[in-house]
Amino acid sequence: MRDIAIVAYQQTDSVSDAGAVNEVELIMPVLQRVYKQVGLKSAQDVDFVCSGSCDYLQGAAFAFVAGVDALAAVPPIKESHVEMDAAWALYEAILKIRMEQADSALIYGFAKSSPGELPIVLSQQLDPYYLAPLWVDSISLAAMQARLMLDRGLITERDMAEVVSRSRRNAMNNPHAQLSGDISIEDILAEETYLSPLRKADCSPISDGASAMVIATVEKAKEWGLPYAVISGIDHCIETHNLGMRDLTDSASTRIAANRAGMNNGVVDVAELYAPFSHQEIILSRALGLDKHTVINPSGGVLAGNLMMASGLSRIGEVFNRIVSGEASRGVAHATSGPCLQHNMVTVLEKAGDA
Amino acid sequence: MANLAAVVGIGQTKYTKERGDVSIAGLVREAAVKALDDADLTWDDIDAVILGKAPDMFEGIIMPEIYLTDALGCNGKPMLRVHTAGSVGGSTALVAASHVQSGMFKRVLTVAFEKQSESNAMWALSNPQPFSTHLNAGAGGYFAPIIREYMRRSNAPYDVGIKVAVKDRLHGARNPLAHLQKPDITMKEVEESFMLWDPIRFLESCPSSDGACAMVIANEELATKSPKPPAWIRGGAMRSEPTMYAGREEVSPQAGRDCAADVYKQAGITNPRKDLDCAEVYVPFSWYEPMWLENLGFAPEGEGWKLTMEGATSLDEGGDIPWNCSGGVLSSNPIGASGMIRFAEAARQVRGDAGAHQVEGAKLALGHAYGGGAQFFSMWVVGSQKS
Repeated sequence: MRDIAIVAYQQTDSVSDAGAVNEVELIMPVLQRVYKQVGLKSAQDVDFVCSGSCDYLQGAAFAFVAGVDALAAVPPIKESHVEMDAAWALYEAILKIRMEQADSALIYGFAKSSPGELPIVLSQQLDPYYLAPLWVDSISLAAMQARLMLDRGLITERDMAEVVSRSRRNAMNNPHAQLSGDISIEDILAEETYLSPLRKADCSPISDGASAMVIATVEKAKEWGLPYAVISGIDHCIETHNLGMRDLTDSASTRIAANRAGMNNGVVDVAELYAPFSHQEIILSRALGLDKHTVINPSGGVLAGNLMMASGLSRIGEVFNRIVSGEASRGVAHATSGPCLQHNMVTVLEKAGDA
Repeated sequence: MANLAAVVGIGQTKYTKERGDVSIAGLVREAAVKALDDADLTWDDIDAVILGKAPDMFEGIIMPEIYLTDALGCNGKPMLRVHTAGSVGGSTALVAASHVQSGMFKRVLTVAFEKQSESNAMWALSNPQPFSTHLNAGAGGYFAPIIREYMRRSNAPYDVGIKVAVKDRLHGARNPLAHLQKPDITMKEVEESFMLWDPIRFLESCPSSDGACAMVIANEELATKSPKPPAWIRGGAMRSEPTMYAGREEVSPQAGRDCAADVYKQAGITNPRKDLDCAEVYVPFSWYEPMWLENLGFAPEGEGWKLTMEGATSLDEGGDIPWNCSGGVLSSNPIGASGMIRFAEAARQVRGDAGAHQVEGAKLALGHAYGGGAQFFSMWVVGSQKS
């Protein structure tokens, strides 16, 4: 199978309210930056384009149609779209390159979560007959999951606060972060609970923004003469939708995806985990079997800014950045979808081999 | 070269106005089980599931793959959800095929659905948006002026659309799964049906249907061992262009022409009318048959309507290039599934498994879907032989 490399990654700042900026205006700047990073003029210079977005966040059917307007798709381009996080758009693009219909691809994800009430909007992901009519919001479901973990003695509130404190501290080095600062575990524990046992700080913020990536065959990356990271494995796995039928304190699907992606074939220097709630980072790092060697969420993760439909792609982009900068040789990126980590993707990135 | 892949199982529900007896999960599972049965397989034989449907706002379920994972036997497997507007059924089939053609999967299940009786497409498509013109016309209102422009340019007689409406319903009467069953339909009946969006009459429009379509796609080794004849995927292509831009050719979009040229090249087709035995083409409004005949290269520009009027596209008139033998979108339209039905019906033809709407000896067939303001296209060519 053809080896595939990431050659460029860009994201917007994660902001709590992008105001009147529409989706095209959100995407255009980040696309321009990613083109510049590779030396492309437009989407015409890659063989395939794939995006991830969600109509319900835009409040209109066909959110991605506006996205196409940002691509200068004249003459027409080879383009597709997933109604999922753009990490899955990356997956589709990888299939396209592996089947040799493309040598390069542009991937992007975007959303504005600010205009609606995201936790309530996400309740409409649930079974439409039995669960969605209850309007159980995403934070309440996560709170239930955290409560299970606390009650079983698997974590303490202090463990959760430690995740938040580290996220905010790490985010101080991330110019795109929305929330950052030197906040101690005690400071966090002193906060009131929001949806018990979660404090506001345990929940990722509402964010607007976009991210974009360019991938190519390793041959193409070399031809372009760009620093790159190799995608040595990528896999994803979904679990039952029935929350009562899976162990919410574990993430079996993350473990399955990591095994299939070959994560355990080497050391993991860095991990970027899409954990929208602090306790979920603990679930994920345990499911992946990460130890002290691995630096977890050096960007601050999504607790520092959660670009819906782009955060999964951004995790991969963050690991790419660490590898290209030489901070890490091998890393793992995780993306998630659905309530309480129902659907998970694991991508393994490695530094370029000897040419 | 990509790895070979083939359709080894096809399952469709009966298309109808309202499937009140099943939930959405029940609907998709019905099609999936039929596809597995057709391929003589079980859930354990499937490595991944690829789901497609039109906008989430139709049924009001965000990312329905999350809820449908159990119904589609996907727990512990990869699940991907494709959404490319009306072309989604076709795009989903192509993305499913790419799982196998990439060499990353041996056998996958792909499903597309729409349960229009539990949705409100007109509402979903007409949500006012800030900073843009509010269009409250639905798809017919959008396409009517484009059809009028085609009529003006081509000088086609007024009743070409009427002829297509009759022809596709007569085809549909041969297909027990088709939603509309109108074996006695006449030109007069269509002409006298009320005008919805001039020049599109009621009977020149697609119905609103509930339904799901599923296919199992396998690699060369497994397809060769499959109990029923496989439909080999000989080419697949997608193209997109913006909804509007200065100078955009809306009657015969460049994206459609480019997509067709791409898929024909892959399949070694130089003369589509001659080389293909039949085609399943997305015709939701009658006049789109002559328009797509030209866009897809079956007829020179301005002459597509002549093929229709000569009966070239009619099974009943013994035409040389029958289009939409299943009855097409004009007979059944579960929107998100309609593209996949075209792809699956093309596969049924080359498998020799199309029942009363079989084109005798069909060896090579085109499946086609389009969406948005006719700016998204997906197509595949399937054959009874590998090459």
